[in-house]
Amino acid sequence: MRRILSGNEAIARGAWEAGVEIAAAYPGTPSTEILEELSRFPHVYCEWSTNEKVAVDVAAGAAYAGRRALATMKHVGLNVAADSFFYLASTGADAGIVIVSADDPAMHSSQNEQDNRRYAQFARVPCLEPSDSQECKDFTVKAFDLSEEFDTPVLLRTTTRINHSSTPVELGERRETRVRPAKFPHNPEKYVMVPAHARKRHPVVEERFLALAFRAETSAINRIEWRDRALGVITSGVAYQYVREVLPAASVLKLGMAVPFPGGLVRRFAAGCSRLIVVEELDPVIEEQVRLLGLTCEGKAIFPLCGELDPTVVRGAASEAGLAVDRAPICVPDLDEPSLPNRPPILCAGCPHRGVFQLLAKKRVSVAGDIGCYTLGLQPPLAAIHSCGCMGAGIGVAHGAATAGIGERMVAVIGDSTFYHSGLPALANVAYNHSDILTIVLDNRITAMTGHQQNPGTGLTLGMNPSQQIELEPLCRALGIHHVTTVDAYDIKKLEAAYKALMATNEPAVLIARRPCALLPEVRAHWVALEVVEETCTGCGVCFRIGCPAILRSGKVDTKSGKPLALIDAAMCTGCEVCAQVCPHDAILTRDQIVPAEQGQHHACSVPAEVD
Amino acid sequence: MLTQDSYNFVLAGVGGQGTLLASNILAEVGLAAGFDAKKSEVHGMAQRGGSVISHVRWNRAQVFSPIVGRGEADVLLAFERLEALRFAQFTRRGGTIVVNEMEIVPVTVSSGSAVYPGGDHLEQAAATLAARVVQVPGEKLAIEAGTAKAANVVLLGAISTLLPLPEEAWWDCLKQRVPAKFLDINRRAFSLGRNAVKA
Repeated sequence: MRRILSGNEAIARGAWEAGVEIAAAYPGTPSTEILEELSRFPHVYCEWSTNEKVAVDVAAGAAYAGRRALATMKHVGLNVAADSFFYLASTGADAGIVIVSADDPAMHSSQNEQDNRRYAQFARVPCLEPSDSQECKDFTVKAFDLSEEFDTPVLLRTTTRINHSSTPVELGERRETRVRPAKFPHNPEKYVMVPAHARKRHPVVEERFLALAFRAETSAINRIEWRDRALGVITSGVAYQYVREVLPAASVLKLGMAVPFPGGLVRRFAAGCSRLIVVEELDPVIEEQVRLLGLTCEGKAIFPLCGELDPTVVRGAASEAGLAVDRAPICVPDLDEPSLPNRPPILCAGCPHRGVFQLLAKKRVSVAGDIGCYTLGLQPPLAAIHSCGCMGAGIGVAHGAATAGIGERMVAVIGDSTFYHSGLPALANVAYNHSDILTIVLDNRITAMTGHQQNPGTGLTLGMNPSQQIELEPLCRALGIHHVTTVDAYDIKKLEAAYKALMATNEPAVLIARRPCALLPEVRAHWVALEVVEETCTGCGVCFRIGCPAILRSGKVDTKSGKPLALIDAAMCTGCEVCAQVCPHDAILTRDQIVPAEQGQHHACSVPAEVD
Repeated sequence: MLTQDSYNFVLAGVGGQGTLLASNILAEVGLAAGFDAKKSEVHGMAQRGGSVISHVRWNRAQVFSPIVGRGEADVLLAFERLEALRFAQFTRRGGTIVVNEMEIVPVTVSSGSAVYPGGDHLEQAAATLAARVVQVPGEKLAIEAGTAKAANVVLLGAISTLLPLPEEAWWDCLKQRVPAKFLDINRRAFSLGRNAVKA
């Protein structure tokens, strides 16, 4: 049976066909859909772990115990999981274990474009790189088999254009692959990495890597396609597709496993070609290895190091280097449109984070941000985030700035899911070292940016089963924070009052701004579009400055000021009432004024009444 | 009507407009009609009300790259007028720009720091590209079919008239993708989109 599957769907299908029984992940674009898809198959335990390191540990434990296991993450997630990835490389596991790293060249939804093939080299772990959905499925199966055969974790490295492209896939059946009854191995020399044991494991790991390199020489995963021998191209991943399109006459060495490096195969290929080039996205990982063999090749001298490749980029660069391309690069006519308005991603209409950023912008405080939808609080007109590095960084950065003596109280903002992911140790540090920062937890009751995944605050698992809900208030108190206040994020006055009270303490404090994401189906059901009273609106523009996409400039102007009146887009407005609260003239009708009281209610949201 | 061995489509719009469903169906229709087909899109941050683009390619022999290069799209299907202009450069010389008569004002415009371009810009761009522009009142026809949300299906109906496949080939794929209770609305939306271009 043949179906069109995304790379992520194909990886899930491959893991299932390979008999995977345990899978763990933390959501991250472009990897998220792998676990969502896999959780729909029978006979697989899937979980959202609290972070990527935990996910790798979970997979490691399952594979130690004799069950095929998978952990998936975006590229920067492997930074979080790196410590675990390295011990796993030392120990290996009794059953197959595969780690998926979904890299994001061009940073469609990431803070960097690191090339995680480097991690495979670093940890001496084989790395497989599929170049379409069929290979996503096939290589996932292959990765589990290799993992078991060589007693090593295997890194399956994809990129956005693989994860989020859909191409036809031939489906197969599930293989049951249990190596033995599930049992935690009592084999301390292999699984307890104290120095005495780890010293013995290091040579094992190096020998394993050599054996894998030998396999890479002969495995069908690496293949030579002989065509015209005037030009030989070594390539991998999605770049293979661009090469086939743009340089159809060239001979190609397609590397499905470039780490460890099949030096003999590369020498053979190089010997058969007059000119040798390497086409790879991001780092010159293959090119460096080719050069180490003493061979002459061109790679990054022709093709860009930064950003993603595409047929236009490859054709342009190859053409400039005098290579025989399929056709001349298209000269795209200049449309003379220098001033098209940008449409950057922004906080949605009704986003519960808007009120907090409106407040922070008004107070002109310095704010250390974090990773999530709320990073968009940096966009004008709110422009209320001043740093954002990686998951969980904001609280520590805010504390660090406070220790530097900046003469103001720093604020850190962090989402609920990110807080469970890596905010907890940072907040404990704040309490322990008695920092005076204010941490604002933007609790929208879901992991929103990646498409509404459950987390420890929602009380539901990946499989939507009821679970222990970890409440933020007692959690923050248990971490040693004495001042913890929860406020409805839509209530601007209460937000400001709580902010002022906490800022007056000069002690570690947490403000929890709570309101479910406006895009959740149960919230959508309660949307009410607000309206502007034209007679009352003066065109003062205060509501324009909260950056809500549902508030437009009307075609009408105020007779006195000549300024455009506000207009609310009924299709977009959710009825959060933040605009109505900031309006100095009460010119925006509230829910109650538009529909009968019971229908006008917001979606129910439990906000504890307690204040400090 | 285009009759070629390969087709490149670019779908552009604003996050939340339903471009992903439309590109899924477009890829599946191609595959069902015996083409090799690939599709590429971007999820995540861009979807938060930002500009979004997806690519669909059909080829009688084999599709390699899942993405369409600038200047190579036979059809640009734009769900919004400003996005039609933004991605117009993907259209090949002599290609077709199918544009939804919809304006979604970006915050850069509503906050006063930029101006939404006037209607003549797209015509000028199309003239430069020697491209044909087909305007479709997507939302209006979708509301006529039963819900404004079916605008993406109206637009699919519109581009279906440009391609050498029978109407049933489209409908076979569509009905597998839309919930049973919305079948009638979508059928109407698709037909209205087809007729809008034929007329």
